Amino acid sequence: MIEFILNDVLIKTNSPPGLPLLDFIRQEMGLMGTKIACREGDCGACTLMVGELDGDKVSYKTIVSCLTPLVNVQSKHVVSIEGLNGDQLSHVQQAIVDHSGTQCGFCTPGFVISLMTKSLSDANSNLDETLASVDGNICRCTGYKSIERAVKDIWEVNQRRKDKDAPQWMVKNKYLPEYFLSIHDRLSNIILPDERIKKSNVILGGGTDLMVQKADSIMHAGLQTLREKDILHGIMIEDDHCILQAGATVTELLTSLELRSIFPGIQKYFKLLSSTQIRNMGTLGGNIVNASPIGDLIVFFLALDAKLQINSPDGGRRSVALKDFYLDYKKIDLKQGEYVEALSFNIPLHGYQFNFEKVSKREHLDIASVNSAILLHLQDNLIKDVRLSAGGVGPIPMFLEKTSSFLQGRRPDVESLSEANSILQDEISPIDDIRGSEEYKRLLLRQLFIAHFIELCPDQIRMDQLQEILIQI
Amino acid sequence: MSGSNQDGSATGNFDSNMRNTDSIGHVTGKSVFLDDIPEIKGSLHAVAFASSLAHGKLRKLNLSAALQVPGVIRILTYEDIPGENQVGGIILDEPLLAETEVHYIGQPIAVIIAESAHIARQARALIHAEYELLPVITDPREAYEKGELLFPPRFFESGDVVSGWEECEYIFEGRAETGGQEHLYLETQGAYAYPDETGNLKIHSATQGPTLIQKTVARILGVAMNRVEVDVRRLGGGFGGKEDQATVWAGLAGLSAQVLQKPVKMVLSREDDMYMTGKRHPYTSDFKIGLTKELKIIALELSLFQNGGAASDLSPAILERTLFHVTNSYFIPNVKAAAYSCKTNLVPNTAFRGFGAPQAMFVMEAAISKAAIELKIQAREIQERNLIREDELFHYGQVATNAHALPSWDDAMKTFHIEERIAAIKKFNQNNSLIKKGMALMPVCFGVSFTKTPMNQARALVHIYQDGSIGISTGAVEMGQGVNTKMKQVAARIFSVDPRRIKLETTNTTRVANTSPTAASSGADLNGKALQNACEALLRRVLGVARKMIAVDCENIEIKEERIITDGKTSSFTWENLIEKAFLDRVNLSENGHYATPFIHFDKSIEKGHPFAYHVFGTAFIEVTLDCLRGQYNFDGVHIVHDFGNSMNFELDRGQVEGALMQGIAWMTMEEISFDKTGKLLSNSLSSYKIPDIYAAPDIVDVKALERDGPDIAIMKSKAIGEPPFMYGIGAYFAIQDAIKSFNSDYKSDFIAPFTPEKILLALYQNRSRP
Ligand SMILES: Cc1cc2nc3c(=O)[nH]c(=O)nc-3n(C[C@H](O)[C@H](O)[C@H](O)COP(=O)(O)OP(=O)(O)OC[C@H]3O[C@@H](n4cnc5c(N)ncnc54)[C@H](O)[C@@H]3O)c2cc1C
Ligand code: FES
Ligand code: FES
Repeated sequence: MIEFILNDVLIKTNSPPGLPLLDFIRQEMGLMGTKIACREGDCGACTLMVGELDGDKVSYKTIVSCLTPLVNVQSKHVVSIEGLNGDQLSHVQQAIVDHSGTQCGFCTPGFVISLMTKSLSDANSNLDETLASVDGNICRCTGYKSIERAVKDIWEVNQRRKDKDAPQWMVKNKYLPEYFLSIHDRLSNIILPDERIKKSNVILGGGTDLMVQKADSIMHAGLQTLREKDILHGIMIEDDHCILQAGATVTELLTSLELRSIFPGIQKYFKLLSSTQIRNMGTLGGNIVNASPIGDLIVFFLALDAKLQINSPDGGRRSVALKDFYLDYKKIDLKQGEYVEALSFNIPLHGYQFNFEKVSKREHLDIASVNSAILLHLQDNLIKDVRLSAGGVGPIPMFLEKTSSFLQGRRPDVESLSEANSILQDEISPIDDIRGSEEYKRLLLRQLFIAHFIELCPDQIRMDQLQEILIQI
Repeated sequence: MSGSNQDGSATGNFDSNMRNTDSIGHVTGKSVFLDDIPEIKGSLHAVAFASSLAHGKLRKLNLSAALQVPGVIRILTYEDIPGENQVGGIILDEPLLAETEVHYIGQPIAVIIAESAHIARQARALIHAEYELLPVITDPREAYEKGELLFPPRFFESGDVVSGWEECEYIFEGRAETGGQEHLYLETQGAYAYPDETGNLKIHSATQGPTLIQKTVARILGVAMNRVEVDVRRLGGGFGGKEDQATVWAGLAGLSAQVLQKPVKMVLSREDDMYMTGKRHPYTSDFKIGLTKELKIIALELSLFQNGGAASDLSPAILERTLFHVTNSYFIPNVKAAAYSCKTNLVPNTAFRGFGAPQAMFVMEAAISKAAIELKIQAREIQERNLIREDELFHYGQVATNAHALPSWDDAMKTFHIEERIAAIKKFNQNNSLIKKGMALMPVCFGVSFTKTPMNQARALVHIYQDGSIGISTGAVEMGQGVNTKMKQVAARIFSVDPRRIKLETTNTTRVANTSPTAASSGADLNGKALQNACEALLRRVLGVARKMIAVDCENIEIKEERIITDGKTSSFTWENLIEKAFLDRVNLSENGHYATPFIHFDKSIEKGHPFAYHVFGTAFIEVTLDCLRGQYNFDGVHIVHDFGNSMNFELDRGQVEGALMQGIAWMTMEEISFDKTGKLLSNSLSSYKIPDIYAAPDIVDVKALERDGPDIAIMKSKAIGEPPFMYGIGAYFAIQDAIKSFNSDYKSDFIAPFTPEKILLALYQNRSRP
């Protein structure tokens, strides 16, 4: 049995744990405001708000319900558009009406949910951050400018809240139905069921890969959530290394102050990963085990020489280097029953610099054509240490060992980079596919490789030389 | 007053700033789309089984395993069709269900009806079809070579190109290609059909053409049209994709409901929608352009090859519009254009915003660009010099009147300080080596009317109820473009009543019959004019009552903001008093308005005439910034002067401009349809076919109205708006090309759209020696 609160109603259901939340909402509850447009997390029409106990608050985030297995909302507060409607329009709804931010209207409930969640959950968002809350919502009609105008209004209204408690303030202004104020206590009363039958070993993270690839087969499968595995969302610093639990979501990585201090650009990098909704759901472990040759997190951590902590059901534990974890296309060093508990890496020492690059057909919410990360240590204008990784250029995400070792000890100037590029080109084996031709991927990786150095040590590269070389090599 | 304000007209003002009447329903999630209609108990669900082979003979179809799946009710094939197995709209060349041959991947062969769509899909996986492979053609030029045309080619000619070339100082030739485009209406295709007590059928369909559905379903079932009722509340986007292409799904739902005598719903999954439904036509074209020394274009010769797919669908009409728009906004005295609709083994392509015109205009702009590159001048010098002027002749014989090409160009240049912007771009490019800016100007001229003259007619039914409230039915389908809002405005303006009194009914074939699809940007004009006729007739009648009632001998009697005014004096009588009196006087308070566009005609035997009620003009300036290291781009701004006429609702109309522009830019950049050689769609999901997200929108979109009155033939002088702005997006291609050329001056343009990041990067480094 799964128990949660849907809008104002306590739900106890025996529906299959793998049932998409979307189908539960529409088919079983008859709430038709949540729309279906893709069932693969790519449009946001099915966006819902999900609240979780967080100390004395409930903290809300958006998810796509088409990829959320029912079991993942156990003990949570799920809010659909119907649960946001009050006697009058909220400031979000009013702004969208005022600025004609809705044409056919099919995308609109999703936009409302995203913007309401932003209004409810974040104290000091600036305008750009408020706009970013709809980075996972696609509208085919409006051209987005009217939505941008509406977002500006919404942000201005939210500013008036100052440091008041968001739900209280919104209820007081009639932007939010009053029942929200009782949710904390009601969630606290839900007791986790512990008599779960564990027949199968399908481990479930956020479901953003599983539900796209195998929705039908996991509908009735026994699913083990990470919570049951006790893989929590922690991010820890121990001495000189950093440990990330496999259950950490991309959002948690993105907002972690610890990681931000290690990688000042992390927000920029991770904003290129999927969308707000998917980042709220997708986990580090899921990205690693899904083993996409273009997985962004994998490529990111390959450059850091990360290690995986792997556990087996009999209590065995082993550690494997991330670069050795990938054996062949979608083949990984993980035996039946084993699971990934955590990833760890040595915190780059002083003097080390890091950069991540990703290019896709659409800049946001798209899978990369090629991505690449680099960890670089320069001393006296020489490369003392370097680790380069890339995705989309072979059957697995690659640590580029040969290129990295070639660069060791050299000056990062245009000549070395062009020589290194020939080694790089030999080291990779991209193929033609929907993300680009082989020719493109080769060229693109060359460019991203150079981009790393332009980002990290622009003074080492003479621009006039570079432009010539870019054409010649 | 009794009306509630559940309809967005919350302010109750009498006119033109009205918000989309559906917007409150939309933001509260209460608006009902097809898949949200409460299901009748016992409703069944249908899923199509389609060909996995692009061309072949269907040898065997094994349904037995699928039929054994619990919950499967029935699987129907062409043999179960009581009437004609035919869904062709213009040409009868498309079966509802394949019989002995399949012609494209995604062609429906059978329909599985089960207790749930989930079960039907499981059963579908167990159907086994055996085929004998026949040769597959996906390339339109190959089809042309082999004589595979869907219908005879069309030739438009004006002047004499042969003598034209002799006047030319410069002649250039080249090729231009544009790709397809998925409509990606967020709501997929669907229909819900159920029989009534006498076996008649009611169909809710997500269609732009209710009558088309009615007619086609009646033909499939072998019954008279009056036995099929089609009802449309609204669409979650259409863009042309739910015109002819909605018939198959309504046909299959209707067939299933009729055979089983049960309610049957069929809503396509995104995956099915993407591979089973048609898209914008890709075109490949050859051009030859000749100019004088003064850059006057004297002659243009074109061969246009349209990739039609496996059946005609709307291709004949689209091909025709292509021919109308080959000269875009320019006057060219000698034109010779040949257009071929090539039959390939791909899903039949169909209407999409612009309807063949964008493909034509791209070729025209490519020809100008080619000439400019060769002559080492700016394209805008050629563009400006050739804009069509008052009383010049379009190549199809229509005289240009209210030709706003030059006024909108001049207005844009002035209002947006375009010369200064161009200078700033130049300066930026001198100072930056790895980031370059580019720009393009894009004039647009689009003809308004269905090019098939008989389609330019519409009807509207208006009831005034005893309490003064008003119900309106028209043939227009609301799909986000705001046509219902405009209808409300028309009635509110004519009666001078509060719009909250007015309700827009669903579009239903029993209330308004024989409708044209809501398409060709003509929905508001045609239906609005029919509605205007109905409202004016009613107004005359009720004013007659008023005159009798209060002011027998006044000169002038009118209604203003719900009050009766006699010779300028406000009386105490209200709209409600008047309607009550009219009812008691037994005056007919219902009216059926009819409208047929006057003047228009076209003679296909000579390909000459006056096909358009009027033309819409405009000019856009597009600026892009290109990251020449990564091949990524950002559109800094699009500045547009658009010829709205007297926009009756600027907020709605601007929304159409912004939305169409975005789709146009995306067609030129990120939206790339790819098929492999076997005819299989590779860009088959939202993860592999990218449409714009909020960050893809240009940083600034500035839309200014050209200050010229619209013609009377446009509804309330407010010009048609749905399609014309789409073509501003074509400028995106040329802006990117411009930026590339500042980085790589040797770049050889190939005029192949879309300009994806891949194409851009390869273009930036086109002349490199190796990767
Ligand atoms: C719209 C969309 C956009 C996306 N964009 C990107 C993108 O830009 N970049 C990118 O890299 N990815 C992207 N993804 C892929 C996906 O979101 C990520 O890979 C995500 O991190 C997967 O995590 P999850 O928890 O959802 O995985 P799940 O689907 O829950 O699991 C994936 C696989 O991992 C297994 N698994 C999960 N956790 C563990 C564990 N701890 N131990 C062992 N096995 C485990 C599961 O059994 C399953 O086989 C996108 C996906 C979607 C739907
Ligand atoms: S339906 Fe598109 S994201 Fe869920
Ligand atoms: S309003 Fe139609 S998809 Fe957004």
